[in-house]
Amino acid sequence: MAEPAATVLDVRDLKTVFRTRGGEVHAVNDVSFHLKRGELLGVVGESGSGKSVTMMSLLRLLPSPPADIRGGKVLLDGRDLLAMSDDELRSVRGAKVGFVFQDPMTSLNPVFTLGDQIMEPLIKHMRLSRSQAQARAIELLELVGIPGAAQRLHQYPHQFSGGMRQRVMIAIALACDPDVLIADEPTTALDVTIQAQILELVKELRRKLGMAIIWITHDLGVIAGIADRVMVMYGGQVVEHAPVRELFANPQHPYTRALLQTIPRITGPRTTRLKVIEGQPPILTGPLTACPFRARCEHRFDTCDAVNPPRRAIDGAPIGLGHDVACHWVAPARQEAAHA
Amino acid sequence: MLDAPATPLVQVQDLKMHFPIYSGLFRRHTGDVKAVDGVSFDILAGQTLGLVGESGCGKSTVGRAMLRLYEPTAGRVVIDGDDVATLSPEALRKKRPTMQMVFQDPQASLNPRMTLAEIVSEPLEEHTNWTRDQKLERVYELMDQVGLNRRFVNRFPHEFSGGQRQRIGIARALALKPRFIVCDEPIAALDVSIQAQVVNLLEDLQEKLGLTYLFISHDLSMVRHLAQRVAVMYLGRIAELSPSKDLYARPLHPYAEALLSAVNEPDPELAARRNRIILKGDVPSPANPPKGCNFCTRCPRVMDICRTVKPDLLEVEPGRLVACHLYTAAGSTGASEANERNQQGETR
Repeated sequence: MAEPAATVLDVRDLKTVFRTRGGEVHAVNDVSFHLKRGELLGVVGESGSGKSVTMMSLLRLLPSPPADIRGGKVLLDGRDLLAMSDDELRSVRGAKVGFVFQDPMTSLNPVFTLGDQIMEPLIKHMRLSRSQAQARAIELLELVGIPGAAQRLHQYPHQFSGGMRQRVMIAIALACDPDVLIADEPTTALDVTIQAQILELVKELRRKLGMAIIWITHDLGVIAGIADRVMVMYGGQVVEHAPVRELFANPQHPYTRALLQTIPRITGPRTTRLKVIEGQPPILTGPLTACPFRARCEHRFDTCDAVNPPRRAIDGAPIGLGHDVACHWVAPARQEAAHA
Repeated sequence: MLDAPATPLVQVQDLKMHFPIYSGLFRRHTGDVKAVDGVSFDILAGQTLGLVGESGCGKSTVGRAMLRLYEPTAGRVVIDGDDVATLSPEALRKKRPTMQMVFQDPQASLNPRMTLAEIVSEPLEEHTNWTRDQKLERVYELMDQVGLNRRFVNRFPHEFSGGQRQRIGIARALALKPRFIVCDEPIAALDVSIQAQVVNLLEDLQEKLGLTYLFISHDLSMVRHLAQRVAVMYLGRIAELSPSKDLYARPLHPYAEALLSAVNEPDPELAARRNRIILKGDVPSPANPPKGCNFCTRCPRVMDICRTVKPDLLEVEPGRLVACHLYTAAGSTGASEANERNQQGETR
């Protein structure tokens, strides 16, 4: 990775709306980000923040209706996934972009052996013969650290533990050497010691294979350990983006700051009272015309109710490359206040 | 909490909870899942004991067996003077108001066809002969205590958010003025920003009402925040039981050490420097636990004795109980080594 890494994935102004009986739900609102080869982008947010819907939209994995991708571009090596035919898209899913879903218990088909499920993308996308696919499947299971791979191929999902199943999911996602791996809360359902195993595995695979990874989670602790850059989502939009160390050392958005303060630590002084973010996440009916975080924000002022803040750089770098934040209080108002 | 007398309100002695396995044509009793296999601890009045461990280690079963939601296989559970494990059904019913439970999943533990008022007043229905008005008055009082708006009294569970539902569960547990509450993963199903709200509420209620908690959780950092003492469970047994500040500063049992090192701290600098202990493999089945120490199949510091003899939970330092051969007489040299190593470990 000595040469300057090329951009593999470039998402611009993605907008996804769900049409429901109760009206339209604006789940993803003009989300933009990019991903370079070999890079790990962490996406943080709580349930309903739009992080999973964003990633599902990239590959058009959401059933439509009710989902409707209203706008934006998803450029994978320069080709727009949103403009592709279904056939073209099928050649991308699983081949160029691998997807690891949150729940290893429900994402594997219980009536097929693991071998069948790992070999499926190899036979469909790579056009391998059954015996070639089998050899590759064994290789993959060994890669993700499953002992006795050759025998394990003939077993069914219920014969594997949660951690093992998640490894299998990763093996399937890696089967065709994808350029991009999207992992949607891949360790959330797992115990901490098993989670630690998976995180080590991902770090190692990244070193070996150099693929770009998007890692979705609500756990800031996980992000701190593996990400290069972090994107914080709230109310279906990106509210803060920064390189990982910068984000944790110098969080700007009131939501990010509060989030970091609500979590107790296992080192350092013991917290006497947890900081609380009062209130509930917003319900996203209708387009955002004001800051989605305003109802829970301690720095709210008039402008927050009138205008939805755009992302603004606070370090002079172009949006999405350095540290940017979508908040009226942070930029430029606070800087001005500081100077005044 | 400092003025609370230092007497244990809850004493658990050698609690066992085995679930029988029946198999074959005649459904013969062929074995047992030893979900809890000899667990002892006590909780001082007004304090919180954290019970941590990974899924399947038996921590929830301990909580349920203690309140006789399961019939314990063996052992004593003394809560406020009575051995709950052997009480007659009638005496147990009379005892119920003293001990209550808050469940993990607020969605599944609230009846979707009952309103908030019905849910919270159900315990009153069962254990008091109050009038309608008295019960409603108590429901309002409880709603104030847990921070629910009185206007919501006739709403159904689906009309509430996850955090609010957990508040309803807490109000129901408080209805009969219990002294002891088992909190079984009460925040696991909630978003990070909501977790803190519920934890602060539990702390406020403890202070105000002098409650004693068993806080069951897999979230080690939250347990550090809440509990005075912490028990670490592995495969149905307690590996270490220590004051919270000692455990987090210097875990003694190798499993406790590995578990703590696996926690992800939200600090990239620390994450880059830290040496994690990555445990190999999975937890063995509780139907067929290893012959010796339950942790011997994954322990990075396993010795020969560990594979044959189960270690007892013994006090190895004042107030600190550990079940590990490294710290018992035979392995006393190992213990001092381990201490040294741990102290070095602390600085990493």
